[in-house]
Amino acid sequence: MSNVRYTEDHEWIRLEGDTAVVGISQYAQEQLGDVVYVELPEVGRKVEKGKEMAVVESVKAASEVYAPISGEVVAANAALTAEPAKVNADPMGDGWFVKLKIANKAELDKLMDEGAYKKFVEGLH
Amino acid sequence: MENSADLKRTPLHALHRELGAKMVPFAGYEMPVQYPAGILAEHQHTRKAAGLFDVSHMGQMRLSGGDTVAALERLVPGDIAGLAPMRQRYTQFTDDDAGILDDLMVANGGDHLALVVNAACKEQDAEHLRTYLPPEVKLERFEDRGLLALQGPAAAAVLAKLAPEVAAMKFMSVANATLAGIPCTLTRSGYTGEDGYEISVPGDAAEKLARRLLEDPAVKPIGLGARDSLRLEAGLCLYGHDIDRSTTPVEADLVWSIGKRRREQGRFPGAAKIVDQIANGPTRKRVGILPDGRAPIREGTELQDASGRQIGKITSGGFGPSFGGPIAMGYVEMAQAAPGTALSAILRGTPQPVKVAPLPFVKTNYHRG
Repeated sequence: MSNVRYTEDHEWIRLEGDTAVVGISQYAQEQLGDVVYVELPEVGRKVEKGKEMAVVESVKAASEVYAPISGEVVAANAALTAEPAKVNADPMGDGWFVKLKIANKAELDKLMDEGAYKKFVEGLH
Repeated sequence: MENSADLKRTPLHALHRELGAKMVPFAGYEMPVQYPAGILAEHQHTRKAAGLFDVSHMGQMRLSGGDTVAALERLVPGDIAGLAPMRQRYTQFTDDDAGILDDLMVANGGDHLALVVNAACKEQDAEHLRTYLPPEVKLERFEDRGLLALQGPAAAAVLAKLAPEVAAMKFMSVANATLAGIPCTLTRSGYTGEDGYEISVPGDAAEKLARRLLEDPAVKPIGLGARDSLRLEAGLCLYGHDIDRSTTPVEADLVWSIGKRRREQGRFPGAAKIVDQIANGPTRKRVGILPDGRAPIREGTELQDASGRQIGKITSGGFGPSFGGPIAMGYVEMAQAAPGTALSAILRGTPQPVKVAPLPFVKTNYHRG
């Protein structure tokens, strides 16, 4: 079973022990188009579920990325500063945004699993 | 959200769909914002080869009968009398307060003047013309015609395969030519900073011509997204953003488009204010804005001087793919308008260092002959 969960704002979160890796979904990167800039939070910053955590900018527009759960930023993907196009090329892998120390694991249960997210995205068309 | 059923379609609508375009509402039309290649690739392709743009949503009009030149000069500050046959010129419709109602291209077709106006303004422009043109001057609209732009360094060679004579056209000239058996009117101009053409084509033949041009390996379809990033790098104004009724042609740094004779004689809407601003300087001016960092600075962003006082704002901004970084344009007070002036842009609440920069951001490549 996949340990990846999704939000209705198209962030994904993958559990890795006590931390979680966060990024934006394949659907999100397709909708954004070519990513030209990513603004990431500083390590140590406390983020709150549903609140702005990062900014991703395409040629056309800036979009906010929200924290899927509350927690503390323990790592940010500095490679995106030099190569923001990684978000398009590999949104679920090299294009990750931050790693969070999870404040409350129960918050993950409220997020969509792969199947539910797939249905959610299909419903948007 | 606009219902796509209420949106108008250009003659190339089916072709855009077939090419996999992402369609968006724009100025009352359903238009391609990008194709599967994406905005960055489309932008780069236009700068290195040739891009085909559907700009059929723009308003094509014609004035004929009577003294069309005098009639149009009563509405624009451009020197229309000085426009030689088969030449084209950029000007603006101004209001009595020197605000810009729209910007447009005017071509001297010999026995008529051909206008190309912005899609979002074309109904009000037609109404404005009908209100002020004398009865003997006839206004015709060509809403069923297509308008294609072929832009980029390969554009001339591509078109010359269909009509060798168009390669000799100079920047801002006009010619009639038969392309793939279709009678077209071409201008050697565009909205990308590159050499290229705009081609007015009968609506029922527009798709045939577009398909023929796309057969050339140098040509790829380009959407509105790249059209915007190309014109921003070229320092060209977008109506409704960089210019509108609240800005004058002088503030917009478009004085070059106002004929010397027109400045001396006046007799166009807002002439007194425009002449005064040329003589004494406006209080603010449109300039290039170059962010020091990597974050794009977008339309509406406030600009502050070193003391934290607001001295202007961004009117267009984003990422310049050929420039290789964020670029913007905006209005600043005259005291802050010199290139190199350090300012702050307030991005998401945080001041970001930016500098006033000369326009264009990317060298233009017009065919001046």
